[in-house]
Amino acid sequence: MGRQPRVSRREFLSVSAAVGGGLLLGFGPPALPPSPFSPNAFIRIDRDGRVTLIMHKVEMGQGTYTSMSMLLAEELEVDLGDVRLEHAPPDDARYAEPLFGVQETGGSTSVRGNWEPLRRAGAAARSLLVAAAASTWDVEPASCHAARGAVIHGPTGRSLGYGALVDKAATLRAPSRVPLKDPKDFRLIGTPAKRVDAPGKVDGTAQFGIDVRLPGMKVATVAACPVFGGKLASVDDAKAKAIPGVHQVVRLDDAVAVVADHMWAAKQGLAALDIRWDEGPNAGLDTADIVRALAEASQRPGVVARDEGDAATAMAGAARRIEAVYELPFLAHATLEPVNCTVQVRPDGCDLWLGTQVPTFTQTAAAKLTGLPRTKVRVHNHLLGGGFGRRLEVDFVMRAVEIAKQVTGPVKVVWTREEDIQHDMYRPYYYDRIAAGLDAAGKPVAWTHRVTGSSIMARVASELFPKNLRVIRALGLHQLMASIKGLDTDAVEGAVEPPYDLPNIRVEYVRQEPPGIPTAFWRGVGPTHSIFVVESFIDELAAAAGQDPVAYRRALLDRSPRAKAVLDLAAEKAGWGQPLPARSGRGVALLHAFGSYIAQVAEVAVLPQGDVRVKRVVCAVDCGTIVNPDTVRAQMEGGIVFGVTGALFGEITIKGGRVEQHNFNDYRMLRINEAPVIEVHLVPSTEAPGGVGEPGTSCAMPAVANAIFAATGKRIRKLPVKDQLRTVT
Amino acid sequence: MITLNVNGTQHTVDVPPDMPVLWVLRDVIGLTGTKFGCGMALCGACTVHLDGRPVRSCVTPVAAVTGKSITTIEAVGETPSGKRAQQAWLDVEVVQCGYCQSGQIMAAAALLAAKRHPTDADIDAAMAGNICRCGTYSRIRAAIKRAAAG
Repeated sequence: MGRQPRVSRREFLSVSAAVGGGLLLGFGPPALPPSPFSPNAFIRIDRDGRVTLIMHKVEMGQGTYTSMSMLLAEELEVDLGDVRLEHAPPDDARYAEPLFGVQETGGSTSVRGNWEPLRRAGAAARSLLVAAAASTWDVEPASCHAARGAVIHGPTGRSLGYGALVDKAATLRAPSRVPLKDPKDFRLIGTPAKRVDAPGKVDGTAQFGIDVRLPGMKVATVAACPVFGGKLASVDDAKAKAIPGVHQVVRLDDAVAVVADHMWAAKQGLAALDIRWDEGPNAGLDTADIVRALAEASQRPGVVARDEGDAATAMAGAARRIEAVYELPFLAHATLEPVNCTVQVRPDGCDLWLGTQVPTFTQTAAAKLTGLPRTKVRVHNHLLGGGFGRRLEVDFVMRAVEIAKQVTGPVKVVWTREEDIQHDMYRPYYYDRIAAGLDAAGKPVAWTHRVTGSSIMARVASELFPKNLRVIRALGLHQLMASIKGLDTDAVEGAVEPPYDLPNIRVEYVRQEPPGIPTAFWRGVGPTHSIFVVESFIDELAAAAGQDPVAYRRALLDRSPRAKAVLDLAAEKAGWGQPLPARSGRGVALLHAFGSYIAQVAEVAVLPQGDVRVKRVVCAVDCGTIVNPDTVRAQMEGGIVFGVTGALFGEITIKGGRVEQHNFNDYRMLRINEAPVIEVHLVPSTEAPGGVGEPGTSCAMPAVANAIFAATGKRIRKLPVKDQLRTVT
Repeated sequence: MITLNVNGTQHTVDVPPDMPVLWVLRDVIGLTGTKFGCGMALCGACTVHLDGRPVRSCVTPVAAVTGKSITTIEAVGETPSGKRAQQAWLDVEVVQCGYCQSGQIMAAAALLAAKRHPTDADIDAAMAGNICRCGTYSRIRAAIKRAAAG
């Protein structure tokens, strides 16, 4: 997921007239078959001059509505407020993310993948409108220019709004490559822009999936077998059916749902059911069993992810050898909008209303379960009340469709918070063995890292991704080769290419699946795991060498000037080296992932009882060219809180085959009184844009753990921190 | 039949008396700005005002609100403190996914109505019950201070 896009895959541009007048600009293969649900365009300009971007990305808080609109508006020469957004229908052929080959929002790809295509689309549209105006006035196009939604003829000052030009523009041939603006001429890119989705989110009018209301709609809530892999044995629903408002009890293979007039009746009904579960083969499973299996598996040699120099020989010849085991727990996503999906299944079609990061996977899942052709499945996408990877999955869509198949009319299936936490798809438990050989001066001359954990990539490749040329081309040869040899490129991302000068490095991956427990991407994906291990361990090496953690890293960054620059900036702004009170400390972490460079310095205080307060986090970001600086800041602020939450509290544990956590009382979130002061410093850059949604989280966890070491001398090799410091006096 | 006053309008609804106000608002009356997050008064997403005081509607039975005034996010902009809070939220660009923000603004508006110039400790006390999974806490604090200053 960290690769930079190979740009200009969407070179094909089609120009046509909109039904009822107006200009349509389409992208993608030129000979797409017509689709009843696809407007066959990315951009529509109406006769009244309104610009509509058919939005192929979903908004889950990351600010993509605003940044995608900025990319288009910049080259089209319209104001940001003139761009309207419509959710794209599911259609990989038209709306695929260039980095994945499918229509997906995730992996910090939106700006990286669309930086060039959307600007090219805006430039092409502008060029057509200028040509239409020039033809109308019978003047040279070169004597005209576009500004604020109009074309102006310089010598005479005549001007025509885009709306008056669209019909003529629609008859013109699509231009071949139109040059893009020089960055020094950017009006919008690089200047903070107000979020276009903010007004509806402060007055209650924003519509999330859970807010759907349809005529005749019922509300259902669901209980799945609490033990992973278990089945429904029997259910007595007499008491539930007696509750006013309860209509129906739906039995599934491994779950029960109560369908009612409203959520309260559904919840009451579910509580009144007398359910017997067949708990199945995992009824005795505990976290300790899973960890034991991971530890054993991690003794095996793994698939080689990187092998450079000769790590074994260098290790043998090193003056000192340092080794450690790091463990990271299962994590739930806990989006604040609980998982939900509204479905209506009819004999001739199926409609789904939800917020999803993967509309085409949603469509395919519903088509499979209903037996309908995909073209008969409509997906009405909504704002997402948090994604973080949870809404990259379709498990809940499948559950809702299975329920809806037994219900007449539309049914909104809403998970309780407890079901949402206990039947999530979890960030894998990772078990990492890492070692380094140091020379006499303390410099690492050998580095080995073996990651052991479940493979999310293997599951999504087999269950979700279509096997077609577009996907293979988008993911690239590198990904194809990795999947053939059984390497999970996500699990080792951040471990394979640390920014440091490590001449002899070997990184391996061992796949070990926990029985019954579904695993999935979580904010920061692979790097949230790998960067924690690498950055904690490099800190261990600095300590072993008796050197300052910033100076130690710095000495290994001669070949990575951007990494060194963010490290220096974060250290300087944080007051690195200045005295702190007792049991307080600063920790640093450095990240290169998603095309961005980030350094963070966390400042913690460890209270006498062992509780950790993260007081301040200073974050330096070089994410290449910045589209919306305020979004970059916001994503760092939010990503850091997400990471601190995970580092201090985040843990899903299994006992008797079931999740032990229930709600926000025992799956804790950082709260405002516990939140650190966060300072974000942006590095100006003209490099290609990097991602910002994920990496703030990945970098925060090791920064906090390293600060705890600085404060107490206790090395955190297992997350969460929770009560590990209770014994430290 | 239970009659309740929401945003100045009387609604008569046929629901059980123990039904939480949250579900009456969302699933019966159709005011979906008030959000479901936890169902146990742990996250604050469902915060509404009951006679001006913030309450968690997910654990407030509808029978307990008869004869009282409920204000939700849809109408809080008609109160001076609600209007200031909403404007400050836009000025500071607080929102990310936005799902918790109805509850955050309701809690902040109640705080601002009770204390014209809340301290950091006041903000901690009034807002610690509201979870933001996107982590907008520093901007929430800044927005409350801005609303207080404005």
